[in-house]
Amino acid sequence: MTADNKQRNEQERNADDDHWLTKPATVRKLWIGFSIVLALTVLAQLVIKIKGYFGVDGTFGFGAWYGFLACLAMVLVAKALGVVLKRPEDYYDD
Amino acid sequence: MIDGVLPPALIMLAGAALVALTRGHLRTAVLLLSPLATLWAVWQVPDGVAVTAQFMGYEIEPVEGSPVRRLFASIFSIMAFTGALFAFRQAKWYELAAAFAYAAGAVGVCFAGDLITLFLYWELMAIFSTIVVWCGGTPEARAAGIRYAIMHLLGGVILKVGIEGVIVHTGSVDLQPMLATNFDTWMILIGILINTAAPPVSAWLADAYPASSPTGSVFLSAFTTKSAVLALILLFPGESVLIWVGLYMIFYGIIYALLENDARRILAYSVVNQVGFMVCAVGIGTEMALNGAAAHAFAHIVYKALLFMSAGVVVYRTGLSRCSDLGGLFRTMPITTVCGIIGALAISSFPLTSGFTTKTLISVAAETQGLALVYFLLAAASAGVFLHAGIKFPWLVFFQKDSGLRPADAPWNMSAAMVFFAFLCIFLGVYPEPLWALLPYPVEYDAYAIDKVLFYLQLLLFSGLAFFLLLPLMRRTLTISLDTDWLWRVLLARVGNWLLHAAATLGQELATGFEALKRHMGMRFERILNSSGALGRTWQVGTTALWIVVLLTIYVALYYF
Repeated sequence: MTADNKQRNEQERNADDDHWLTKPATVRKLWIGFSIVLALTVLAQLVIKIKGYFGVDGTFGFGAWYGFLACLAMVLVAKALGVVLKRPEDYYDD
Repeated sequence: MIDGVLPPALIMLAGAALVALTRGHLRTAVLLLSPLATLWAVWQVPDGVAVTAQFMGYEIEPVEGSPVRRLFASIFSIMAFTGALFAFRQAKWYELAAAFAYAAGAVGVCFAGDLITLFLYWELMAIFSTIVVWCGGTPEARAAGIRYAIMHLLGGVILKVGIEGVIVHTGSVDLQPMLATNFDTWMILIGILINTAAPPVSAWLADAYPASSPTGSVFLSAFTTKSAVLALILLFPGESVLIWVGLYMIFYGIIYALLENDARRILAYSVVNQVGFMVCAVGIGTEMALNGAAAHAFAHIVYKALLFMSAGVVVYRTGLSRCSDLGGLFRTMPITTVCGIIGALAISSFPLTSGFTTKTLISVAAETQGLALVYFLLAAASAGVFLHAGIKFPWLVFFQKDSGLRPADAPWNMSAAMVFFAFLCIFLGVYPEPLWALLPYPVEYDAYAIDKVLFYLQLLLFSGLAFFLLLPLMRRTLTISLDTDWLWRVLLARVGNWLLHAAATLGQELATGFEALKRHMGMRFERILNSSGALGRTWQVGTTALWIVVLLTIYVALYYF
């Protein structure tokens, strides 16, 4: 009985235990690694010439800022539309 | 009639029937072998018309081969096989039988050499895909299935009107390239576009697919929209209106997916988004663009089914599909997580995945034609796909917060199906040549030019950065998003209710008035209607015949003058 309880407690504790991947230290390391990769993809353009098809897309860091701003724009548009379009989940239920 | 060629669709259809008739291991064998037999038959179909027949006075061509037709039929067969592998231990037999009949319709559309055959298989798909939706088994699935059926039967009627018009006005039932120049061709185009979930009726897809069972949505994601893309390739290559229809679908899919909380509905919106890329490519219409549309359809079926499989496993194990209820599942579902991530990377056209090799074909086709606006919008959309499907889906389902859920990983058959498709995603990304060889036109294209890889890495990785920085702006809410279907689900219903109410009130008023009238004129009515009155009494046959002769004479006289 007590052994059972002990085991159950252990299981519950394991369920609460945070995975190493979610530990703040790991997350910080992931962010650092990600930032380095981001910087490298832009800096690589010093060595590799991107052939722009329409001029501007070959300029330094174009893919980076264009991708970022495109996402920002889409998130903001979605946010604005959400004000008008969002309804409770049971909206159609009656 | 049949010159040694077995129509592949009939093999698939026979498979569907056998699924219903067999059970146990025999049924499993039918489920796994009939798609493979279909695939074999697909590769026996030669170029050109292989089977002709007479149908209601028309010379029809039920089987006509060409490279692009075989490409689509192949991936449909592979999809049916992998879907069956994924589902055979969990899905109900009637869902699997319906899914196979649905797949048979899609394979039939691939080889339709004439408009009549196209229409028949089109309707076969509509009927059995509706049954697959209904197999969701919930009240929502029932209601969504009815809406789905109405939309597709309506699309079928529009398609039929166009086909009849073309047959009457040109005298030909041949399936050949056309442009939307008159009423008939517009009707055909609209009928096909309804199946691609084009505006203004895109909502049917995100309404029906998430309502189906965890296994049903895997089948649904593959056939309807992609067979419509093939129909566009065969009938409307270079129809420029498709460029803008496609671009609308691309951004519609992204915006709605960003607003969405339900994991499978996010994936459904991203089907619209991805099919938008293909529709846009058909609109560009060059050999490279059509190659791109076909290749992207092939790659898309694989990674989209993979994504729906991973979401399906989550729904199957937890019964939950809201992102706000999920999270942290990577702890106990490593296979599902990894396969879901591979599917998400492929849909985002990340280098070394199938989406990269096929979607860049479409971008390059736009660039070669000098379509700068289209090119830049497609690039922005690539960033948006990474945002809404590439990161949002796996992040919210498998990571995010710890939901406390510790479900078991996928059953072995579901894992096997996912691993197979995940392998295909990577294989076609690293080594696309086998796919290139199947494309309708010769491919001279180096997908891995180093500057292009670098450009896409910048684009995608900074989209990733945007996602994590903008997460606070994308808080999940327990909401749905209104779409154009509000017009008929709410507005039309309200107008209908108002009319009914008005009619009821009017009827009551009339009844009161009628009562008063009757009281007032009671005696006179009585005289006409009772058994001795003009309208109430029994007439002799001779009198009746006389009256008929008089009336007919008047009618004939009127007709001539």
